[in-house]
Amino acid sequence: MENKGYREFPVISNEAVVENIYRMDLGGDFIAEPGQFFMLRSKGAGPLLSRPLSICDISQGYLTFLYAVVGEGTAILSRKRPGDAVQLLGPLGNSYKVKSERKTALIGGGIGIAPLLYIAKTAEIKPDIYLGFRDAPFFEKEFEAYAGKLQIATETGGVGYRGFVTDIRNWDDYDELFACGPMPMLKALSRKVVDCELYLSLEAHMACGIGACLGCAVETVHGMKRVCKDGPIFSAKELIL
Amino acid sequence: MRTDLAGISLKNPLIAASGTFGFGQEFGEYFDPGILGAIATKGLTLEPRMGNRGRRIHETPAGMMNSIGLQNPSVAVFIAEELPRMRSYGTEIIANVGGAGIEDYEEAIELLEATDISIIELNISCPNVKEGGMAFGIRCSSARRIVRAIRRCCTKKLMVKLSPNAENIVDMAYTCAEEGADALSLVNTFNALAIDIENRRPVFNNVTAGLSGPAIKPIALRMVYEVAKAVDLPVVGIGGISNWKDAVEYIMAGATAVQVGTANFVDPLTMPKIIEGMQLYMKREGIQNLSEIRGIIGGNHG
Ligand SMILES: Cc1cc2nc3c(=O)[nH]c(=O)nc-3n(C[C@H](O)[C@H](O)[C@H](O)COP(=O)(O)OP(=O)(O)OC[C@H]3O[C@@H](n4cnc5c(N)ncnc54)[C@H](O)[C@@H]3O)c2cc1C
Ligand SMILES: Cc1cc2nc3c(=O)[nH]c(=O)nc-3n(C[C@H](O)[C@H](O)[C@H](O)COP(=O)(O)O)c2cc1C
Ligand code: FES
Repeated sequence: MENKGYREFPVISNEAVVENIYRMDLGGDFIAEPGQFFMLRSKGAGPLLSRPLSICDISQGYLTFLYAVVGEGTAILSRKRPGDAVQLLGPLGNSYKVKSERKTALIGGGIGIAPLLYIAKTAEIKPDIYLGFRDAPFFEKEFEAYAGKLQIATETGGVGYRGFVTDIRNWDDYDELFACGPMPMLKALSRKVVDCELYLSLEAHMACGIGACLGCAVETVHGMKRVCKDGPIFSAKELIL
Repeated sequence: MRTDLAGISLKNPLIAASGTFGFGQEFGEYFDPGILGAIATKGLTLEPRMGNRGRRIHETPAGMMNSIGLQNPSVAVFIAEELPRMRSYGTEIIANVGGAGIEDYEEAIELLEATDISIIELNISCPNVKEGGMAFGIRCSSARRIVRAIRRCCTKKLMVKLSPNAENIVDMAYTCAEEGADALSLVNTFNALAIDIENRRPVFNNVTAGLSGPAIKPIALRMVYEVAKAVDLPVVGIGGISNWKDAVEYIMAGATAVQVGTANFVDPLTMPKIIEGMQLYMKREGIQNLSEIRGIIGGNHG
């Protein structure tokens, strides 16, 4: 897609998958790399700044976002009905590809599972997928078709492994790991992983999403980097978390 | 819309505000930066700065707070790596300079003296660095010292960027005029506070941060009006400009040109849209030159 700033797309569907977690499909012919994100806003009244959301999936004729309602912006988004429009800027940021010669696992925590689906779908070979939730799992069925092994962890132990997803196993027999989730999870994983390449998808408060405001900077061994432009995906070796 | 700013001819009065346009590259993906009147660079300092740790952005109703902390690669790296590319845009480049102490400012200006840049914007108003920065922009006595020192070593056009946190913005403007400034730009961000009530601490590590965006526009506009009325220098209006109507308001308040900041984040195409909107407006109103409406609201409306 050519870079012409914010463009409007129609909502095809927008439904809760569990309480507070929504799946929104937008109509359009989207071309983007796995791991990238969009800045979202709705026309008219609403917050000044846009909200970054990861690409959860791209299919013929539509794009899927998976989002948690946490504040004003996502609440407005959750009230969109089919036929309403939202404005998108993007796709933005770098990307991640699962390569056939690398034994790879994708690890997601909570709403951090969102970008993993399109990464799995575009993988050269099926990665193993580990999804962690506090209580009830959501959206896990969508991963089945694209996972080598699919394993669930819940902190309450209701479903699957009881505890944190990061504690499911020793990770060092993988060549490569890709993780997205809350910062404590990413930190725990960086501490545990010794002997394989670990990539982390980070979140940061963003104003512009295009690399201009420096609001989303993270500290790396190569100086400050922008989550929106140089990321959101970074090698854990590079980050000073 | 050609605009004369202290003897420098700009294509139009639209200037990208410092710290909101990087060095232009990111916006080059969306439009040709060459259509702008000028670009003010990210605030430059003598030494590279990594900026502040912790949260840097916080959204507020109709605005945002930032605590970037003048992250920049240094004046020298700017001159070597960014300026040549910025030159290729074919628009005026304004070097925005910040600093900790007077000597830092002086040395930074000396480096810029050796370039073909014609306008320096002296930032004495950044609220996000502990040393210096805004400290110079609060009291007239400190502003006088720094502007005097810089005027001595600066042969370029010197535009001083004022802080809305100044004790008295009009006195501050007089002081800069007396010390030989060629132009004034105002305002920088308002020093402001946000508290994270869940964690019972300030949102920002530096406690306070700078407020910008539509929320500040009416106050900034009032300040521009007062300053433009009082001093005989070109005034560049800044604060919350999001569309062509806002820009026209600033011109009617007496601004020679305007800068667009936060609105660039909201929509990367804000500035081209403003230029187009102003052109249509001028055509509709039969305005040949913005001087016909500049300062038109005049002095007293009793
Ligand atoms: C690259 C990237 C991808 C993301 N992908 C997803 C996704 O696929 N699904 C999903 O549910 N969430 C995702 N997030 C987080 C999402 O952007 C925030 O939950 C959302 O901005 C909250 O907005 P709000 O108005 O509802 O919340 P509020 O708390 O009211 O927002 C206030 C301000 O803080 C910002 N903010 C709040 N929480 C976050 C956060 N966690 N990260 C960044 N900014 C935040 C908002 O953008 C806004 O400017 C992603 C974040 C980033 C940086
Ligand atoms: C993220 C951000 C970074 C900024 N960085 C600088 C800077 O480096 N130097 C400077 O003089 N002003 C800086 N400013 C201030 C703007 O140039 C402008 O004066 C201010 O934001 C008010 O205009 P606005 O309401 O249009 O944003 C910054 C503002 C923002 C929001
Ligand atoms: S959000 Fe503005 S630089 Fe990343």
